[in-house]
Amino acid sequence: MIGFLVRRLANYVVLCLVATFLAFALASTTFDPIAVLEQRNPPPPAAVLDAKREALRLDEPIPQRFLSWVGGVVHGDFGRTVTDRPVADELPRRAGVSLRLFLVGVVLGVVFGVILGVVSAIRQYKLSDYLATLFSFIILSTPVFVLGTLLKQPAQSFNELIGTNYLQTLGESTPGFDGSWFASLGDRLRYLIVPTATIALGQIAYYSRYQRSAMLDVLGSDFLRTAQAKGLTRRRALFKHGLRTALIPMATLFAFGFGLLITGGTFTERIFGWYGMGDWLVVGVATQDANIVATVTLFIAVLVLVSGWLSDVLYAALDPRVRV
Amino acid sequence: MTVTDDGAATASPVDPTPVTERTPSRGKLVLRRFLRRKSALFGLVVVVLLYAVAFSYPLFSPWDYAVPDYLAFLTPPDGSHWFGTTKIGEDVFAQVMRGLQKSLTIGLLVGLLSTSLAAVVGAVAGYFGGWVDRVLMWLVDLLLVLPSFLIIAVASPAFKGESWLIFVVLLAGFSWMITARIVRGMTLTLREREYVKAARFMGQSPLRVIAKHIVPNMASLLIIDATITVGAAVLAETGLSFFGFGVQPPDVSLGTLIASGTESAITYPWLFYFPAGFLVVFVLAVNLFGDGLRDALDPSAAGSRKREKKIDKGERA
Repeated sequence: MIGFLVRRLANYVVLCLVATFLAFALASTTFDPIAVLEQRNPPPPAAVLDAKREALRLDEPIPQRFLSWVGGVVHGDFGRTVTDRPVADELPRRAGVSLRLFLVGVVLGVVFGVILGVVSAIRQYKLSDYLATLFSFIILSTPVFVLGTLLKQPAQSFNELIGTNYLQTLGESTPGFDGSWFASLGDRLRYLIVPTATIALGQIAYYSRYQRSAMLDVLGSDFLRTAQAKGLTRRRALFKHGLRTALIPMATLFAFGFGLLITGGTFTERIFGWYGMGDWLVVGVATQDANIVATVTLFIAVLVLVSGWLSDVLYAALDPRVRV
Repeated sequence: MTVTDDGAATASPVDPTPVTERTPSRGKLVLRRFLRRKSALFGLVVVVLLYAVAFSYPLFSPWDYAVPDYLAFLTPPDGSHWFGTTKIGEDVFAQVMRGLQKSLTIGLLVGLLSTSLAAVVGAVAGYFGGWVDRVLMWLVDLLLVLPSFLIIAVASPAFKGESWLIFVVLLAGFSWMITARIVRGMTLTLREREYVKAARFMGQSPLRVIAKHIVPNMASLLIIDATITVGAAVLAETGLSFFGFGVQPPDVSLGTLIASGTESAITYPWLFYFPAGFLVVFVLAVNLFGDGLRDALDPSAAGSRKREKKIDKGERA
């Protein structure tokens, strides 16, 4: 089993590097930061442009630029932005903002998605099943940027109801907030609730659909009947034998769901004014900055790698046949 | 070589009963199963209606999307401007219809392109096997690691000012991977079937075998996939256009309309809720339709199996 996981990990690392290289190459060929500078008013002198070209190493071939960028990354240097600030300075803060959103969202999404799916499968064709199906169909048809804006409305009504602006829908924390560690946690929570709900709702809808059909497949199976025949109660049989089997396909899905989450995260960050990695990507494209784009891609690729690998581990934990 | 005609290839080998008048044809069976689901029928009706309205709106709309009404800035919906007006007096109804047109066209084209690509790549990988298979599947893995959103966003400066058709190609180029994997899996089993072997041993070229014997046998999967992809493509298109990475002005799509309406969703709700509403209703209808198609064309798929059983029991009782 260790061999299996190590092999998968090696495969993911190679994919990660190739993915980052592709994004870097694509960004380097399509972006033209010098043209952006030239359009400034007043136009900068030619010497400034040449210096910039030199600093961004636009004359070197792309693979060479990429290699030196990777060499820097190994030492914690992610290059400089077009505006000549080190990328690494902003990286930890932005990564933290995004991770906070992603992790809370994905945990809520998986837990509630699985619960919702299992409940609707067990109570198939009951009212709760129809409601859950309707809910997931509507949420899955609503893009994140619409859902986020829609959720601002109930948040505002809630604020009016309790009389204070408890739920915040713009920014990550109150600017200049000064207080103890615990108080600032509480402050951040106010800003976290609505964006996280936006992310989590989509994830819940996504996982619950698959969990429902996986659970339905298991419900009619012989081994579940056998488990009950040998004396287990239905509830015990369902959770000990049924749920475990029904979770196996979910482990694979987990890796795919993460890509969805990252795209959704970009919209969420933009709508709620969070300066995270997704927002950075949009900024990077707007300012034609290859280093920012490569850094964001690397971040995303590493996240997908970790989630893919985690889903392999989960798979191995759930399905004994993989453990050889 | 009459053996290779379509009838021989697609006639199900598991059905030995001779076709009589009493057994309904496959088409009728599928239709009956489809009509049984109200939600799927509803989805189909809504999709057809939206396409019809989006392309015929100039016939009955009092306003043109490009000609502003200088006497009405930011008016709420009324008898003249059905969906209200924007801050420079453009008619929101005409704009939403225009955006719907573009979004639906992009969705349809991407659905067709991406499914065709998935069928070709999956069938080639599965049929030839060996290194062709390994290279293609590695490509699929790679494209799955990279979120398509990121790639298209990064590539967007390159097609600024270009036709939106490039955008269609890009969207299609990043939405075929999962289907290609499924197609590959099905090809692996189809390849060993007798009629495929027979065609091969009679000297048909590999491409002909793929085109005439393998792909037609996955028709139902491909039809379902194309339908679902239309919905997904519309979502992807609006998302990218929302950031300005997709459809470029002066073209409008539902995404660009929603983007400009988001800021004023609370103060001037009609600017946001009309395009957003049309988008959600369309995608929802496509998804319901696709779900119904899946049940009708592929009753052995998970989910529908139990329903069939239950209905059979109900009919017998």
